Amino acid sequence: MKKTLVEATINGETVEFLCEPRQSLLETLRDVLELTGSKEGCLTGDCGACTVLLDGHAVCSCLVLGVEAQGKKIDTVEGLATQGVLSVLQNKFLEHASLQCGICTPGFLISAKSLLDRNPKPTEPEVRYALAGNLCRCTGYDKIVKAVLDAAADIRSQGEGKAAAR
Amino acid sequence: MHAINYEAPSSLDQAVSILKTHGENARPFCGGTDILIQLRAGVRRTEHLVDVKKIKELQTLSFDAKKGLRLGAAVPCIEISDSDVMRKHYPGLREAAHLIGSLQIQNRASVGGNLCNGSPAADTTPALIALGARARIVGPAGEREVPVEDFVVSPGRTVLKPGELLVELLIPAPAPHSSDAYLRFIPRNEMDIAVVGVGASVTLDGDKVKAARIALGAVAATPLLAGKAAEALVGKKLDDAALEAAGHAASAICKPIDDMRGTIDFRVHVTGVLTRRALTIAAERAKKN
Repeated sequence: MKKTLVEATINGETVEFLCEPRQSLLETLRDVLELTGSKEGCLTGDCGACTVLLDGHAVCSCLVLGVEAQGKKIDTVEGLATQGVLSVLQNKFLEHASLQCGICTPGFLISAKSLLDRNPKPTEPEVRYALAGNLCRCTGYDKIVKAVLDAAADIRSQGEGKAAAR
Repeated sequence: MHAINYEAPSSLDQAVSILKTHGENARPFCGGTDILIQLRAGVRRTEHLVDVKKIKELQTLSFDAKKGLRLGAAVPCIEISDSDVMRKHYPGLREAAHLIGSLQIQNRASVGGNLCNGSPAADTTPALIALGARARIVGPAGEREVPVEDFVVSPGRTVLKPGELLVELLIPAPAPHSSDAYLRFIPRNEMDIAVVGVGASVTLDGDKVKAARIALGAVAATPLLAGKAAEALVGKKLDDAALEAAGHAASAICKPIDDMRGTIDFRVHVTGVLTRRALTIAAERAKKN
């Protein structure tokens, strides 16, 4: 099958890649671009392990075609850390022991980022709602929810600190 | 998945021309939340996916107090659940769009796609039928409109002919003192397929029902309009006796399957319960409009 040339902005960088139209965005990210952070769980949109942001919206990359990325902005878990320094969310996941096997973690981080980008002060039910499309069979979710609430509080206080410094 | 071709036309004319060229070997592609799973599972086969998300008419959500709502077939569910217009004028349809899948799914899935997928258990289809929505279809032979209750012909099959495309859903402006509601039963709190779904719309005249529509999902091979159940309410107060009668009439037209998610008896019973409740909610909302 003839491959299609796709140009997209992935984690802030303009990237060109070739993919077959039948390939999912997940397959393209993992097998073509070697961004293996996004995980394959169910391939039916139930588990959320493959969650990425597509133009800022959380989607299951297993249910998006690679060719659909043309001209789009894609953010994956690889884009969260800056020059080897983990993001607040990532650190909070470590601090709260919000992962065990870790397969679901990239998806949870992206869903949580998507929530905090839109709502910097979520309530616990709002966090649980936003993460409902991500399944975790290890933690029982509580530690993940606590990490996200704690990260939100930290990011808010950092923002206030910056505002005060100005 | 088998090899496919992908095209993403930016105009309706282009889309129709591509769909016409490939006929039965092409299928419109929107959020992909059903079709990609079906193609991988071998439940459906197609050689050409025609991505319709770049076509302006399919992405339009516009409301006019006289003309009603034009809901583009590709508008994602999230846009519907975030819309103040939907919250105010079509809360039942908004509820149905809001309870489909996770946020990841709502960011991709559309009401038009939900309808074209043709599932008897589609959540938004009974909500559309309750509102008297019409499907505007464009194809090689021109345009046509089909009432949504006639759109799905059997599980997974619709009235769309090869080359045809669902462009938008046309929903009448809400009459004064009217509103709608959608309820579904699932065995868990969120994110499941309806075991029973009921959409209802009610228009009141004082304390009496002026008009009503009831639609049922997941209780027959296609979503159903419960015409008699709704017509019997006209001119009556929506009291316990009237609700009971409407529930019975709705249950009476159910022809559900028996499976691990719900027995026939259970689905028939729950249809009556949800019919009463959806009517009650729609009427409560209608009083405020």
